[in-house]
Amino acid sequence: MLELRYRGSCPSPGEAVSPPPREGEAAGGDHETESTSDKETDIDDRYGDLDSRTDSDIPEIPASSDRTPEILKKALSGLSSRWKNWWIRGILTLTMISSFFLIIYMGSFMLMLLVLGIQVKCFHEIITIGYRVYHSYDLPWFRTLSWYFLLCVNYFFYGETVADYFATFVQREEQLQFLIRYHRFISFALYLAGFCMFVLSLVKKHYRLQFYMFAWTHVTLLITVTQSHLVIQNLFEGMIWFLVPISSVICNDITAYLFGFFFGRTPLIKLSPKKTWEGFIGGFFSTVVFGFIAAYVLSKYQYFVCPVEYRSDVNSFVTECEPSELFELQTYSLPPFLKAVLRQETVSLYPFQIHSIALSTFASLIGPFGGFFASGFKRAFKIKDFANTIPGHGGIMDRFDCQYLMATFVHVYITSFIRGPNPSKVLQQLLVLQPEQQLNIYKTLKTHLIEKGILRPALKV
Amino acid sequence: MTELRQRVAHEPDAPPEDKESESEAKVDGETASDSESRAESAPLPVSADDTPEVLNRALSNLSSRWKNWWVRGILTLAMIAFFFIIIYLGPMVLMIIVMCVQIKCFHEIITIGYNVYHSYDLPWFRTLSWYFLLCVNYFFYGETVTDYFFTLVQREEPLRILSKYHRFISFTLYLIGFCMFVLSLVKKHYRLQFYMFGWTHVTLLIVVTQSHLVIHNLFEGMIWFIVPISCVICNDIMAYMFGFFFGRTPLIKLSPKKTWEGFIGGFFATVVFGLLLSYVMSGYRCFVCPVEYNNDTNSFTVDCEPSDLFRLQEYNIPGVIQSVTGWKTVRMYPFQIHSIALSTFASLIGPFGGFFASGFKRAFKIKDFANTIPGHGGIMDRFDCQYLMATFVNVYIASFIRGPNPSKLIQQFLTLRPDQQLHIFNTLRSHLIDKGMLTSATEDE
Repeated sequence: MLELRYRGSCPSPGEAVSPPPREGEAAGGDHETESTSDKETDIDDRYGDLDSRTDSDIPEIPASSDRTPEILKKALSGLSSRWKNWWIRGILTLTMISSFFLIIYMGSFMLMLLVLGIQVKCFHEIITIGYRVYHSYDLPWFRTLSWYFLLCVNYFFYGETVADYFATFVQREEQLQFLIRYHRFISFALYLAGFCMFVLSLVKKHYRLQFYMFAWTHVTLLITVTQSHLVIQNLFEGMIWFLVPISSVICNDITAYLFGFFFGRTPLIKLSPKKTWEGFIGGFFSTVVFGFIAAYVLSKYQYFVCPVEYRSDVNSFVTECEPSELFELQTYSLPPFLKAVLRQETVSLYPFQIHSIALSTFASLIGPFGGFFASGFKRAFKIKDFANTIPGHGGIMDRFDCQYLMATFVHVYITSFIRGPNPSKVLQQLLVLQPEQQLNIYKTLKTHLIEKGILRPALKV
Repeated sequence: MTELRQRVAHEPDAPPEDKESESEAKVDGETASDSESRAESAPLPVSADDTPEVLNRALSNLSSRWKNWWVRGILTLAMIAFFFIIIYLGPMVLMIIVMCVQIKCFHEIITIGYNVYHSYDLPWFRTLSWYFLLCVNYFFYGETVTDYFFTLVQREEPLRILSKYHRFISFTLYLIGFCMFVLSLVKKHYRLQFYMFGWTHVTLLIVVTQSHLVIHNLFEGMIWFIVPISCVICNDIMAYMFGFFFGRTPLIKLSPKKTWEGFIGGFFATVVFGLLLSYVMSGYRCFVCPVEYNNDTNSFTVDCEPSDLFRLQEYNIPGVIQSVTGWKTVRMYPFQIHSIALSTFASLIGPFGGFFASGFKRAFKIKDFANTIPGHGGIMDRFDCQYLMATFVNVYIASFIRGPNPSKLIQQFLTLRPDQQLHIFNTLRSHLIDKGMLTSATEDE
């Protein structure tokens, strides 16, 4: 959405034209036009004696080529350039939102696949930027190793999730049992194999470059894979924990842009000169209201509210349950000043709506920092967009940069304030213990439950 | 130990090496980009002589080669003696030492980053790096403390709140650092700042997670801390000895002084050493028992009934070895079998950590990570092979030795809702009855 603000409020054909030639230039030319901060890279590369050799072999990836489908181009051919951009962006935004709704309708499994697909694409985009920055497209093994590490880390995380949520399914199959039991060891062995391959692939003239790409891969994994894993965990808590945060961030983007467009005056941060305080504050209030309303609408349906479970008999995901107290209407007494305004004594709210205020606040206040981080990153590496996947918007990362911190926050919020640890995970770990330990724990638990009155001593349930 | 092999085996190369690093340092200083930093970024002289005066005078009449040999030898013995002393002092001191080593390693790697990027004067950046180190340490130590000091934590009210909302507090602290980073981005230095951000995070990933796993292993029992570390050190020393006496075939282009003879000889020597060491240590409770925090005495205790791993058992020797040694059976601790696995990892995969550090030093054209230990380089130089060992031991323990931590499970159980607790309790009960551990009759107790 950053580009939208750029383009929509200040169309500057010069801006659109100048980056491509700069990126397209040879490395030497690049370094001449860059600011002092990039001379450091120049020296580094010289020490690793890389650029001068591999310039001509770089496949040019033009980041700003026009990928708009022909049909749109024809339909909008009559409009001026500024409005054409506006329309393309608008249409693509609506397309993305409707495909989002469609996938929600199709269910949690499709959502999981979507999240996985997005993660892989984000990883690919960031790694490609790394290749271009370091002109390392032809490094031996490196592309293989990056994807291999992605696979390892995904295997580790999804193995942990699968073991928790598919406990019943897993208990049945023997091979899966073995994989689950020694999961950490297997993941570690896989990672080690990749690590040793990296060490063995170090080539004399390219040491520094290879280390850079190794570090780049790991930081990218840290950012994309952990976030997507936490998104899936939130999803399993209940689709509402997935939908409300993501929609709040999207809403904040759109409303901050609109408020900035109509009322924007005071610049917010030097890093993104088109952002304004009016947009920021207006976006904050509208996102809180939006979150409040969306939470109210979604809390009614079991489909959104119930934790996703895997039923072995049906062999699919079901979302059926008794909604927890969070999602049952309760009456709250209004504080006096609101009483005077609304002329009501009490109001019926879902407790979840109170939580949604916290989520929307985070989305509006801290979420933009993820956007600033991505902005700074793009400026640092002199790219306009992460990639060119979505016409008019840039890459997938451009759309998801603000979501970056949101998933972690929601996960931490849920584990701290909403629920404790996952019961099925506790059970699974209990069953893995030694029998004597199990007996000890059983006795401790029994005393505890009797004390609390949850278990009555005389009754054998 | 790579430096030791390099210096002694090929002495004539030593002066040129010094010259090379000095000329690199000069070029570093000359081609510094920012005109302000040109005068200020005096390159750290990595090869300055840091030997204490005492040693210098004592060895002044020996030739340069033997002087280096002696300096290294004396420092090696000093480090090993120091290791024994802190083992004697107990787990608390060990934890503190691990923490200090971690901080020093972090400092060394970050300083290299500063030198590479001439970024010593970046606004905020030194503060931010140390702040992130503090955050991540707070997060990890908070998780450990909550597990192991459970009763202590539950007693004190502020600690209880801190541990209940631990993840949230850690995340908030990290977020503050992240926002400070974004706000500190300065127009001309974007790329540099992002590089240092990435460098800090990768360093944290390497250094802090490893040290955290080392502490975990320590709590399992000091033997799980001592045997792996000693195996890596032994492998270093043995591979050097074998390479010195029998070395002929080069092992890997990355470290030209390493040889296959040293590698294989070191492997066998380390396995034997591991067997002997674990035999000796398994006899003592203070090494074998998990470290526990005793509420009454407010200190750490290592007192328990040793588990099966640490009780002598009879094993039948396979026919091959029977004919050689003439014994039918042998009495061993089961832990010694595990020690073979640990030593094998230390000898075969541990060196890859060393190669990684070698490649890193070549990539950034530094000879040593720092100059902390005279004759040896920095703390990182000594601990590079340990890098993967701690993770392996932790994964090994979690997969093969014990399952999850029972007290942690109880703690998690107590935070669940009553209906969930009941459900789990009933499932556990039917499971135990199935296994025959419980009969319906004993339920009446």
